[in-house]
Amino acid sequence: MIATIQHPTETSKTSNIINYLQNCLEKQLHQSALTWLNWTIEKLLDNPSSHSLFIGFSQTPRQVGKANLSLSQEAISTARQLRPGWMPEYWTVDQAVRTLLLLNFQTDEPQEYLASVEKLFSAADVAEQIALYQSLPVLPYPQQFKARAIEGLRTNMVTVFNAIALHNPYPKDYFQEAAWNQMVLKALFVESHLSQIQGLDSRVNAKLAKMLSDYAHERWSAGRGVNPQLWRAMGSFTEGQILADLEKVLREGETFEQQAAALACFGGSAEAQTLLDKVPTLKQAIEQGQLTWDSFSQTHL
Amino acid sequence: MLIDNMMVIDPHIHMTSRTTYDYLVMKEYGVVAIIEPSFWLGQPRTHVGTFQDYFNSLIGWERFRAEQFGIRHYCTISINPKEANNEPLAEQVMELLPLYACKEGVVALGEVGFDDMTEAEEKYFRLQLKLAKELDKLVLVHTPHRNKKEGTSRSMDICLEEGLDPLQVIIDHANEETVDEVLDRGFWCAFSIYPNTKMGNERMVELVKKYGSDRIIIDSAADWGMSDPLAVPKTAQLMLESNIREDHVKAVCYGNALKAYGQSGEMKEEHWLEPTAIDQRQLYEGNSVLRGQTPMVEKPFQESIIIR
Repeated sequence: MIATIQHPTETSKTSNIINYLQNCLEKQLHQSALTWLNWTIEKLLDNPSSHSLFIGFSQTPRQVGKANLSLSQEAISTARQLRPGWMPEYWTVDQAVRTLLLLNFQTDEPQEYLASVEKLFSAADVAEQIALYQSLPVLPYPQQFKARAIEGLRTNMVTVFNAIALHNPYPKDYFQEAAWNQMVLKALFVESHLSQIQGLDSRVNAKLAKMLSDYAHERWSAGRGVNPQLWRAMGSFTEGQILADLEKVLREGETFEQQAAALACFGGSAEAQTLLDKVPTLKQAIEQGQLTWDSFSQTHL
Repeated sequence: MLIDNMMVIDPHIHMTSRTTYDYLVMKEYGVVAIIEPSFWLGQPRTHVGTFQDYFNSLIGWERFRAEQFGIRHYCTISINPKEANNEPLAEQVMELLPLYACKEGVVALGEVGFDDMTEAEEKYFRLQLKLAKELDKLVLVHTPHRNKKEGTSRSMDICLEEGLDPLQVIIDHANEETVDEVLDRGFWCAFSIYPNTKMGNERMVELVKKYGSDRIIIDSAADWGMSDPLAVPKTAQLMLESNIREDHVKAVCYGNALKAYGQSGEMKEEHWLEPTAIDQRQLYEGNSVLRGQTPMVEKPFQESIIIR
């Protein structure tokens, strides 16, 4: 799967994304903020020194504020065309500006670019870390940031973790299975919204299904609840122990948990389909499109 | 909990050395914002990398951890007086400072000043004052434990020689012997309520009775030693019980710290009174510190023998 993914950010793409962000910001920022931004970008283009990048990067929120980036429906779909899965509608203006600075920092040598970005990471405050990790899918040389992104998942700051894991196509496109699985499991531990992980359905695997089932058992033993979105990542691996888990949830769970288990059965193995026959009302709701993972995620993120 | 639910700020506390439980109790006692000055960790550092990691934790993890309990966290950045004596190391740390001094929530350079009053200490004190001037930053001055009176005088002389405005400088760890000169020369005068070695809060009550509240700030300076993260709210309470006017109590336990450090533009009352949705998303949401428990910031904290 990983090998077939195209590099989404060739140079022409980079300039399209620069134009896109520039346009969005011009619509939203005050004149003084824009003047600062244009001046900073010019300075970076004249002389791509990491010093100018660092100063601009640190000053960004003070200069442009932290409002939500406000995007039209059209702008949102343009973003998806420019970079599949890119969701700048969840960004703020300072994050957009910081990304724009990173994209306008154009060095001749990839190594120089990567070293400068790494230096930014190594001295970043909470908001800067969020901006950096969010920007990974649109940066040049995205493949080169894989180790950094995986390292980022080890954070104790949930908001930083979320910047990588949620509303971000980077993990789906670049993480190997082990890192992907750890990310999903950690999302459960830190109570992040699983439904906001891109590729949760497409990157299911047997190992992850097993890890999630073990996790559910741990929670049950401790008398703790289990996030029903967990069943979503079972894919077709609904057999043996996992099948027994789903049976238990359908038998004993709360209504919303039964809904999730039924959805998992619906997308699961032949045995799971048989299990689904035992809850005809839920089966019917799924078949008629009244109950989907999307509708379920409206109330249980 | 404090009478009247008074809000307080602790403008000098080393949370790196404290537990998450402290945050919980501090919030309960009305602490809404804190400043964590960069300082000595109890064991001399030997590599510049450990300084960088320390600075990172001040603007990263510690900031995040505090905000999980609804306490706004700011910090100051510097090489501290004691470690300035390791010159080769101090030289490298000086190169790091500009990278951190202008970041969000960094309200001043500090703690700078004297420990043993050596030549090296003076050198890095002056270099950091120059940097503060260049970057238009406030300065938090640590006054020495030993030879305090002379050290305090000398520190103020140096600040003035380097061209700093006294209102941009907070002189910390003041006592009965130094307060007159600090106030007379127009600096902010901070007192650390710290058992045995610094200021006691009964003495502090007498000082506020005598000097009023103008330019006077109290803090806990709590760290890895025998210290008290509730020093500010406890002292506020003692002052109120001692019939000190409420406006004076509010000034020394809240308003003056805000006024002094607010000059940086990095610390605003709205940060804790009306946090924006963005702030909540980036800092207040999530509960990794609470490890799966429901955040307790809005609920009164109660000790329980049951642990779930």
